[in-house]
Amino acid sequence: MKIAIASGKGGTGKTTLATNLASYLAQKHRVVLADLDVEEPNSGLFINGKLIHQDNKDKMIPEWERKGCTLCGLCNQVCNFHAIIKLGEQIMVFPQLCHSCYACSELCPQNVLPMIPQKMGELKHLDTGHFHFVESRLDIGQEQAVPLIAQTLDYLENNFSEETIFLLDSPPGTSCPVIEVTKDADFVILITEPTPFGFHDLILAVETMQELNKDFAVVINRHGIGNSEVLDYCEHNDIDILAKLPNDRRIATLYSRGELVYKEVPEFAEELKKIADYVLDLPKEIK
Amino acid sequence: MKEIVIISGKGGTGKTSITAAFAMLGREAVVVADCDVDAADMHLLMQPDWSSSEDFYSGVIASIDQEKCLKCGKCQSICRFNAIPMINEEYVVNKLDCEGCGYCARICPADAIKMIEQNVGKFYISNTKADNKLVHARLKSGADNSGKLVAKVKKEAKLIAEKEHKEIIIVDGSPGIGCPVVSSLSGASYVVLVTEPSVSGLHDLERVYQLVKKFGIPAGCIINKADINQDVTDRIMIFLSDNSIDHLGNLPYDEDFTKAMTEGKTIVEDQESHLKNLITEMWKKIKEIN
Repeated sequence: MKIAIASGKGGTGKTTLATNLASYLAQKHRVVLADLDVEEPNSGLFINGKLIHQDNKDKMIPEWERKGCTLCGLCNQVCNFHAIIKLGEQIMVFPQLCHSCYACSELCPQNVLPMIPQKMGELKHLDTGHFHFVESRLDIGQEQAVPLIAQTLDYLENNFSEETIFLLDSPPGTSCPVIEVTKDADFVILITEPTPFGFHDLILAVETMQELNKDFAVVINRHGIGNSEVLDYCEHNDIDILAKLPNDRRIATLYSRGELVYKEVPEFAEELKKIADYVLDLPKEIK
Repeated sequence: MKEIVIISGKGGTGKTSITAAFAMLGREAVVVADCDVDAADMHLLMQPDWSSSEDFYSGVIASIDQEKCLKCGKCQSICRFNAIPMINEEYVVNKLDCEGCGYCARICPADAIKMIEQNVGKFYISNTKADNKLVHARLKSGADNSGKLVAKVKKEAKLIAEKEHKEIIIVDGSPGIGCPVVSSLSGASYVVLVTEPSVSGLHDLERVYQLVKKFGIPAGCIINKADINQDVTDRIMIFLSDNSIDHLGNLPYDEDFTKAMTEGKTIVEDQESHLKNLITEMWKKIKEIN
């Protein structure tokens, strides 16, 4: 079962929930936590474990071979991303803009644009003794998160059995990286804060999940601050609220140190249990 | 003209609340651009009048004309994104997977595939309660190409600044290090990094600063919620001095931010909050940077 933890607004508690829920569920179940916020992966800061696998992740980029090139310019014409440009007697490739569609390479009449792997990031796989943890991080200067997320999801698929509970820590927002993480998830937990920003971004996230036809529910973090808009909205739209994580300075402090919360703050553990129970109770057809 | 971009790497550090406070203090001398188009929240504090709006088109997606399709399967075989499944004996394009490269349309022997331009959102130019202009946008849920919408928002803000002879553009950037952030940073004269003293905050600050460094843009830093963890605050201070990043000031952990937000106000409108003076000091420093 794949459960994505997402939010419209950043900093609402995705990583706190993902790391605590992974540790909590792992007491009785087989769990893998994957940090797919490849631009800014943070879950690893809360996790110690034995490194069992590490490798570089590449994307395929065309490389121009001057010899044999007739400078016909077809590559320039076919690229919808302006990633390959004919400039005088030169063909220039802009790797950051390339989407690895292979059109220039395969349509080149002279076969002088072979696709060559170029590193875009790194994947690490750790065993914490309780659960497995996989994270990928994008190299600085790489702009596209989606190809790295896709390869990390492939890694999960190939290395863990179906009975595993997959917890996917998603990037913030509602655009392509989030879609990549959530589109194949069986269930999505949207975590938000009961503030105007949290509320506004929650609506965007809900609309996105509805568009994807996803089953989802909401967790409210820092319950007690702000106002009741989020609660009213969920009630009015029949959206399940799985838990209300308390607003508590102790939690902020534990988080700031990179420590798990539920072992120290019983009120948090109580709410976390509600989420765990709900997840384990999801209908079989979803699982 | 100066372009000041506020980013954070990590989300939820207070970037938008602080940016809105600067927009309020800058009054009619500034133009404001909300480039966090994924989760654009600035309008919640600035009371824009939404006076003008325009659709934004960016990117294309393949569409197959079933009447013309010969069912040869060539498109499916060359698509690197597995975006053309066979459903009910028909090749169809899965919009979520299509990257818009157009390779399929080029090689289709029956010319049955068209690339359709996508409406990915709207952008707005508004007058705000601070007597300045706000350029903001709304990306359609799940839309691609947010980097291009960011570039558009910035370009519009620049045009207004030029036309109306404004000195400063304030840009609210997006979290992360990917294409929207790269778009936000291009052309910036100064970057304000808003961070918090948590292990995540510091980690994300270090990563996003590496990106800023690649652009060679001078930077300053605000440590929000600085009293949450003194040890990490000290480590951030060392990081700042090691990298010659201006320290613009610290803000305490304070629920006045949330209180003001709940009232639809920026923190500098809360006359009782002691945060007002701290942020005013920061804005003075930023204004004086050349």
